[in-house]
Amino acid sequence: MNFKLKIWRQRDAKSQGAFETYEVKDISADTSFLEMMDILNNNLIHEGKEPVAFDHDCREGICGMCSMHINGHAHGPSQAVTTCQMYMRKFKDGSTIVIEPWRSAAFPVIRDLVVDRGAYDKILQAGGFISVRTNSVPDGNAIPIPKKDADESMDAAACVGCGACAATCKNGSAMLFVAARVSSLAKLPQGRVEGARRAKAMVAKMDELGFGNCTNTGACQAQCPKSISIAHIARLNREFLAAKLAD
Amino acid sequence: MGCFLTNSSVGKKLVMSISGCFLVLFILFHMSMNLTVLFSREAYNMICEFLGANWYALAGTAVLAAGVAVHFIYAFILTIDNYRARGKQRYAVTVQEKGVSWASKNMLVLGLIVVLGLAIHLIHFWSKMQLVEVLGEHFAQVGEYTVSPANGALLMAITFSKWYNVVIYLVWFAALWFHLTHGVWSMFQTVGFANDTWYPRLKCVANIVATLIFLGFAVVAVACYLNADSYISEMVTWTPGM
Amino acid sequence: MAYKLEAKIPAGELSQKWSNHKAAIKVVSPANKRKLDIIVVGTGLGGASAAASLGELGYNVKIFCISDSPRRAHSIAAQGGINAAKNYQNDNDSVYRLFYDTIKGGDYRAREANVYRLAEVSNLIIDQCVAQGVPFAREYGGLLANRSFGGAQVSRTFYARGQTGQQLLLGAYSVLNKEIAAGSVKSYPRHEMLDIVVENGEACGIIARNLVTGELERHGAHAVVIATGGYGNVFFLSTNAMASNGSAAFQCYRKGAGFANPCFTQIHPTCIPVHGTQQSKLTLMSESLRNDGRIWVPKKMEDVKAIRSGAKKPSEIAEEDRDYYLERRYPAFGNLVPRDVASRAAKERCDAGFGVNETGLAVFLDFKTAIERLGKDTIKQRYGNLFDMYEEITDVNPYEQPMQIFPAVHYTMGGIWVDYNLMTTIPGLYAIGEANFSDHGANRLGASALMQGLADGYFVLPYTIGDYLAKKIQAPKVKTDTAAFDEAEKGVRARIERLFAIKGNQSVDDIHKRLGLVMWDNVGMARTKESLEKAIVEIQALRKEFYKDLKLVGTADSFNVELEKALRLEDYLELGELMARDALNREESCGGHFRSEHQTEDGEALRHDDKFAYAAVWEYKGFDNAPEMTIEPLDYEFVHRAQRNYKD
Repeated sequence: MNFKLKIWRQRDAKSQGAFETYEVKDISADTSFLEMMDILNNNLIHEGKEPVAFDHDCREGICGMCSMHINGHAHGPSQAVTTCQMYMRKFKDGSTIVIEPWRSAAFPVIRDLVVDRGAYDKILQAGGFISVRTNSVPDGNAIPIPKKDADESMDAAACVGCGACAATCKNGSAMLFVAARVSSLAKLPQGRVEGARRAKAMVAKMDELGFGNCTNTGACQAQCPKSISIAHIARLNREFLAAKLAD
Repeated sequence: MGCFLTNSSVGKKLVMSISGCFLVLFILFHMSMNLTVLFSREAYNMICEFLGANWYALAGTAVLAAGVAVHFIYAFILTIDNYRARGKQRYAVTVQEKGVSWASKNMLVLGLIVVLGLAIHLIHFWSKMQLVEVLGEHFAQVGEYTVSPANGALLMAITFSKWYNVVIYLVWFAALWFHLTHGVWSMFQTVGFANDTWYPRLKCVANIVATLIFLGFAVVAVACYLNADSYISEMVTWTPGM
Repeated sequence: MAYKLEAKIPAGELSQKWSNHKAAIKVVSPANKRKLDIIVVGTGLGGASAAASLGELGYNVKIFCISDSPRRAHSIAAQGGINAAKNYQNDNDSVYRLFYDTIKGGDYRAREANVYRLAEVSNLIIDQCVAQGVPFAREYGGLLANRSFGGAQVSRTFYARGQTGQQLLLGAYSVLNKEIAAGSVKSYPRHEMLDIVVENGEACGIIARNLVTGELERHGAHAVVIATGGYGNVFFLSTNAMASNGSAAFQCYRKGAGFANPCFTQIHPTCIPVHGTQQSKLTLMSESLRNDGRIWVPKKMEDVKAIRSGAKKPSEIAEEDRDYYLERRYPAFGNLVPRDVASRAAKERCDAGFGVNETGLAVFLDFKTAIERLGKDTIKQRYGNLFDMYEEITDVNPYEQPMQIFPAVHYTMGGIWVDYNLMTTIPGLYAIGEANFSDHGANRLGASALMQGLADGYFVLPYTIGDYLAKKIQAPKVKTDTAAFDEAEKGVRARIERLFAIKGNQSVDDIHKRLGLVMWDNVGMARTKESLEKAIVEIQALRKEFYKDLKLVGTADSFNVELEKALRLEDYLELGELMARDALNREESCGGHFRSEHQTEDGEALRHDDKFAYAAVWEYKGFDNAPEMTIEPLDYEFVHRAQRNYKD
């Protein structure tokens, strides 16, 4: 297969970026999208040009590192997969593929397709944890947890922190990411203990870092590689409002 | 605790949700009131009389105006926030995501159309009714007709006798329909009353409410247009207190 | 000068060693902890849990991570689960049984005392993770669920769907975040350690490159902990993440830390087969699939040919024409034999010509029987996400046709030599998790990597590091303007300049792919004296070529992924040779190390306990010089070494 690639190139955060067009040829349909990028980069290196910088790591859809906006979709046109799990058979032979970095004020571009998602770490540092000390814990089976709750907690915990939600949201809102963490811990008895504090602290940090307001479009859920439901956003709203009203 | 309604994203959304809910309830009331005109013009005028420049009606109007203002101002604040959060550099290619409604991404535009329609509506009706009474006048001049502030039925018939007014109002109602299909279920989501089981139900309720409101208003406008002559001749001689 | 290796294994009964040791080692008072700095490199299960626990104790911790967030570390990709001797299933599990299974699984090439300690703290890990909010799978009664894993006859593996590693890492990352918020840990994302600084024979800091700006930074500390995982990417194609690398460990080796058993590489039996030359990464299918999946190839060659040509679908092969070779060869364990055994058995069938895809390098993993027995829904519930992933990659629906799998490089049991305290041969330098060599011997059992990473980070290092730091309570802050730091930074700068100066014609990947082939063909699943000697010659030649013909673009003072890759490849080109040397020296077969010359009549690994019951510890002797080997004898006081038997 052959493709024309329109890729965003930007030297660093301060420079102006622009699209550049490249061609790749003889790509097998079984090649993954990122392997196609590897081939492009190897070609560029041989031409003496700098390769396209892009984030990637595990290439199994779990580390959340890859972050490309492909033909208008976060992580590309397939549903419920990360960029690294996209295969070229999903694209039409001979087509043009437009590749952009995540675009959100809270995710500044570092270079080309690489953005800084440190804001997500900061939100979690604000309260995305249970305050336990190593070794001062009860037996694992001391607190039975209904299977349904554990399953729901796991649904939310599947978040890979890739940033697709905020990158997709027309409001640049990180609510799905924040909600996934709050909701995952809120469904467990051990997480309930500091639930109110957590919801308030994480929402405050999210607002402070310049993420937008959720308007319930559901675009985040549609583009989330782990299909995390906006029902978790409803739970976050509930947790936050209950906490604030109790103050 | 007062401040989270102004300084947190979820708090601001709560204000949108509650003010929106209030406006939906008002619209439902307004629609029910309008429907009486189809059955009895006199009955409709009785309600108009009741809602004239009485203290309770004025208080209600003030609260309502405040509701609209809050909803409107917060919408702008949120939109400005969101615009900033989006960043300066925009995507070259965007798509409509699967399962995402067009209305949900265009609430501000739809809201602006609704507000514009509201302005026209206030000029057409409120300025000729409650405002006239507040100013201590007894009649308003509408084209060739002199209309009593409580003769809402006549005013309605005169207004909708013009086809272009009907079209303007239908566009307005359509915008409102779109706005409500997203807004109604969204207000449940914002207060936290929603989950995967309830989304289909809430969205169904939203569609029903939006459609009822659209039809309720539209049928009155269209009926007035079709029966303009008979309604006008019936009501032109009506006087308050009959 | 050969090493004087002191493993510092405490005396006494096996079950008392750890308690006795904890009672005997020194502790640092809270007031003194505040004065001590620790650097942790790597943020996987080991690094994150260690940094969080050390921060909690009151030390000042700096943590370094090559990705944009600690949460990206490759521990996150572990799918199947984590072992613990809880005996929640009442199947007669115990600390001793977990210990024994691990020692046996490792083919008796691990330290008894370390492995026992690992089994002992395994239960604490589960408690710790539950308290952190890790959503482990549960039964309807609300209690924790277990599944079975290879190499064990009890069900002791705790799991969170097919994402156990992710959930455990997010747990460790969350407590790390708690400490970052508290100010006890300072995080340095997108930073790569390029050298370790040693002064007066003690580790005192690192040189790190800020990957965004390209700046070289000096960081001093009273102790340095390496938690940077394994070096499987020396093979180019592996299940490791693209950025996983052996460089931090290799710098320690270069600065004098012993490197133990580098040849012990685990080849995971259930990966998706290689599809072509454009591939840059192999995908693992969880070992948990072997719980319900059955592995087979056709019995008849004509069926193999028909499947390869597409004339027959695998599902059309009659039951009696299928060779469930693991069940045939190992009736007691069947499809749940340890990884090394399963991988070699697949290789044996493919070498005999029964490989089922075009390349002849694939076998089937079939869920037909399980679907018939349990129903599609149950299978979907257990493995749905893995099945979806498989279909996404291969375009084949595994509910209808069997999966194709083949072994691939997955984990390295070898690593930096450490004593019982997890300290390397350089005082003040520690290595934990996959980066060290200690607990898995010659083969790691499934669901034990997560266990070891967390055991080291939460429950071992935070105690043992105190024994060393207690001597440092009078020491001032480490100064970074010393000659040792100057020299280390100069060395790194020179290395980088040298690479840019080559201006050749081959990209990093071009050369790395070739190194990978040399490694896979000669230092892979089956090794011979000839293949290993050939590998050493070829790697040396390739290294020369690297220094003559590397083409490196971009600049040193900017975000430059090619430079990162080139530096790592430079280390692989030495590390690969070291692996081959170690494999050549070890004239026996054990666990993942299979020397074709040393096998039993029925093709099983043949150990030579009389000659090789030791850990081979290699000492760096300079570039292009042969390293020197010292041995640490592995004395077994408690377990009788036997030939591993998974047949009955």
